[in-house]
Amino acid sequence: MIEQTENIAVEIHDLSVSYDRKPVLWGIDLTIPEGALVGIVGPNGAGKSTLIKSIMGLIPLNSGYARIFGKDLSEIRERLSYVPQRESVDWDFPTSVKEVVLMGRYKKIGLFKRPRKADLDATMSALESVGMQDFASRQISQLSGGQQQRVFLARALAQQADLYFMDEPFAGVDAATEKAIFNILLEMSQQGKTVVVVHHDLQSVKKYFDWLILLNLRLVASGKTENIFKKELLEEAYGGKLTLLTEVGDLIKKEEFPGREE
Amino acid sequence: MDGMYIIITAALVAISCGLLGCFLILRKMAMVGDAISHAVLPGIVIAFFVSGNRETVPMLIGAGSLGVLATFLIEYFHRKGKLQTDASIGVTFTWLFALGVILISAFADKVDIDQDCVLYGEIGLIELDNWILNSGFIMGPRVFYVMLFITLLVVGFILMGYKGLYFTTFDPVYAATIGISTALWHYLLMGMVSLTTVASFEAVGAILVVAMIVVPPATAYLISEKLKPMLILTCVFGVIIALGGYYLAVWIDGSIAGAMATVAGLLFAIVFFTHRIQQLNRSKIKAQQLSEI
Repeated sequence: MIEQTENIAVEIHDLSVSYDRKPVLWGIDLTIPEGALVGIVGPNGAGKSTLIKSIMGLIPLNSGYARIFGKDLSEIRERLSYVPQRESVDWDFPTSVKEVVLMGRYKKIGLFKRPRKADLDATMSALESVGMQDFASRQISQLSGGQQQRVFLARALAQQADLYFMDEPFAGVDAATEKAIFNILLEMSQQGKTVVVVHHDLQSVKKYFDWLILLNLRLVASGKTENIFKKELLEEAYGGKLTLLTEVGDLIKKEEFPGREE
Repeated sequence: MDGMYIIITAALVAISCGLLGCFLILRKMAMVGDAISHAVLPGIVIAFFVSGNRETVPMLIGAGSLGVLATFLIEYFHRKGKLQTDASIGVTFTWLFALGVILISAFADKVDIDQDCVLYGEIGLIELDNWILNSGFIMGPRVFYVMLFITLLVVGFILMGYKGLYFTTFDPVYAATIGISTALWHYLLMGMVSLTTVASFEAVGAILVVAMIVVPPATAYLISEKLKPMLILTCVFGVIIALGGYYLAVWIDGSIAGAMATVAGLLFAIVFFTHRIQQLNRSKIKAQQLSEI
């Protein structure tokens, strides 16, 4: 089931990607509405990270295209931001929290100019909104996993973009950080920003996202969460994985008797 | 002052190699410096054949292009052949270096360079090769001026390209999303490493070049929390190594390049163990404070 939308933030048409001639994404066709909080869900190796990377032009496409706000990627790069997986960088790198967040301003500053006051202000206010202002001059190696994730989020916030892609921002963070991050995402989407999140945990899908993309090499379903988070569709996405299937069954049960939860 | 040119030239080598080396070790590519410093050998020999002399400019061009070719091959084998980076480095530089050795030995009678000089260098002799103006005025050792130029180039490159280098080193994927070309910065850095290596080669030899690329930055890395202090400390260590190495060599009447590499190693050991002891003391004090509570 593929639901289309009117005011489009991202439009993907016939997108296919392969590594070493092995297809990782196959004929993806979908639209993402502006201002939505979008979850991309699917089993391991389903191509979730690959999908957001290919939208951002980080991976060569075999076919198809992605258009953002109706324009080609090269025209709107400034309006797009990315929160990579936490493990993708070396956290022992000799640099401070503030310097990492300031990177979010580099596109605006330019590589050969000094940051202005506006850039430093944006950096500090991004740190404040993730509650990390007191850590500004810390070396990044002294941070916990949750704090590292907050720093990455702050860097994306400092960019003041309109469309955000986040690769598993909830992976390996403590409950308090997860809640804090979710509140920030919610606030962003209320401000009309579009936030696309690669997500792992089926338990929280319904609570977190208003738009859902189910992926398993090909597009299983895409649309409003209430229409997509259904047993048949989840089984189709996670098909063949028995343990997961029972998990899905449990989830659906919980959903049918919501009174027992919380 | 006796040996002033030698010390200053060695310090310039240490500073230019070390500044670039900082970015190499942070990119986990320290051994690429090693690879380049060896792979440029055939370039030097070929440049010598083509130009027929040992002028600096053809040497730099010949060796510089071989250095960039080596980094390209390393990337190519790694990406297309799925070869691990270290294996790819090993394959590339050994055969390029061997090619250079064969060229030298086959045409030894026509070439005024030998393996020993390339590997170990002889910084003690730089004062014999002076830059003499047409008017007959002796400016000083030619290698000193070459290194001065290279050092200014490297310092300029780091100052101008600081953000690009820093950004693409720390998080290349994120840099790519905002439209910064990581490949461009990669090859700019590698090009600079090639140039610097070749220029330093003549002065101090391949082994000391590798030591200067890796050891001062690694020493600075141990005790730096930010990139800028790490770059500055690297330069300070470079100067200490040049001074200490020269006087060690005078004292034991041995190879200057060897003495400098030895001092570099000693410096690393001193910093490493002092740092370890400090860390242990700090955690002891913390444990004490905790137990008092």
